[in-house]
Amino acid sequence: MSYRVVHYINQFFANIGGEEMAHVPPELREGHVGPGLAFNQAWKGEAEIVQTIVCGDSYYAEHEKDAKAKVMEWVKAAKPDLFIAGPAFNAGRYGYACANVCKAVQEELGIPVLTGMYVENPGADLKDKVLMVSTTNSAAGMRKAAPTMAKLAMKLMKGEKIGASCEEGYMPNGIRVNFFEKERGSKRAVDMLLNKLADKPFVTEYPMPTFDRVAPNPPVKDLSKATIALCTSGGIVPKGNPDHIESSSASHYGEYCLKGVDKLTEATYETAHGGYDPVYANEDPNRVLPVDVMREFEKEGKIGKLHEFFYTTVGNGTAVASAKKFAAEYAKKLVAAGVDGVIMTST
Amino acid sequence: MCTVTPISMTVGANRIVPTIAIPHPLGNPALTHEEEYALRKKLVTRALEALTTDVKDQTIFEV
Repeated sequence: MSYRVVHYINQFFANIGGEEMAHVPPELREGHVGPGLAFNQAWKGEAEIVQTIVCGDSYYAEHEKDAKAKVMEWVKAAKPDLFIAGPAFNAGRYGYACANVCKAVQEELGIPVLTGMYVENPGADLKDKVLMVSTTNSAAGMRKAAPTMAKLAMKLMKGEKIGASCEEGYMPNGIRVNFFEKERGSKRAVDMLLNKLADKPFVTEYPMPTFDRVAPNPPVKDLSKATIALCTSGGIVPKGNPDHIESSSASHYGEYCLKGVDKLTEATYETAHGGYDPVYANEDPNRVLPVDVMREFEKEGKIGKLHEFFYTTVGNGTAVASAKKFAAEYAKKLVAAGVDGVIMTST
Repeated sequence: MCTVTPISMTVGANRIVPTIAIPHPLGNPALTHEEEYALRKKLVTRALEALTTDVKDQTIFEV
């Protein structure tokens, strides 16, 4: 007996039509439709698409709750060994629908799922939750995507161990597995360097996080009327580190009042930061958070005022995602407090 | 305000003022207290100038 698969596709791949037919509601068909044929061929009788669900992309986007409920009802009744969706390539609404129904089927029905799309498809936001094969950005990549998806799907149905994302072709999903490399690190690093110097391709073993870019804010118009805040990733905290900000990989930030503080002193402030010699910052914390100078500028009228709170964390080994979360939160507080500009110092 | 300005560039800061050293970005323990304070004032003045300058792209404000 072969494994039974239910396939989800959109109106375009079902040959109903393009954008002008994207409004069609979900429909259940027996057997394979469109790209399902390629999966069936790759499975060579070991598995078979028993039913295909077709849904218009706009319909799904505009009636997500109803569409999902309908899909779930059909999948539940079919009790397949696997639910497969797409591949959606770079079609945004289709990719979103594929990832979204897969997640629901996996979580609510406990059925293994697989989809495929281009890495920049908005649906790929769910790559940590739903196994998805990385495809090209257009349907021209079907010939490559179908066998990769079919192979991975078969492993899921057989309950076989899934290899690394680079071997199996799925998008890295944040799961790390320990294993022994064939060659030691020093050799791999030198090989990588030699390839780099020779302009040959090489693959890093430690990809850098991707940083977003924001357009610069307009300048502060009149400093003498502006409220300026001080923030730091240098770990300056009140003496004793009352909120226990970690010396590395900080899990939170601190918000501290500067009311009545003319300068930071060794007796009242210190740094919580690990990874650099804290002697100089502890001796005179203004070397990291220049409260003394800002107070002078405030008295002179060079700036309107120094904001009464400062925000601080430890940058040492702190995850980009954490830093982003902290900043998103205290930036809101700064805006709400009417702060015009921020000086962020880092060590 | 950062000593290792390539990091500021990488993370996407738009107005960047280079500073003195990692453990004391806005100071220099080798100077007298007065000299050090003057140095800090110069650096923060530059940061305020950066805040009041219109930039279209990531910019390093040399001190």
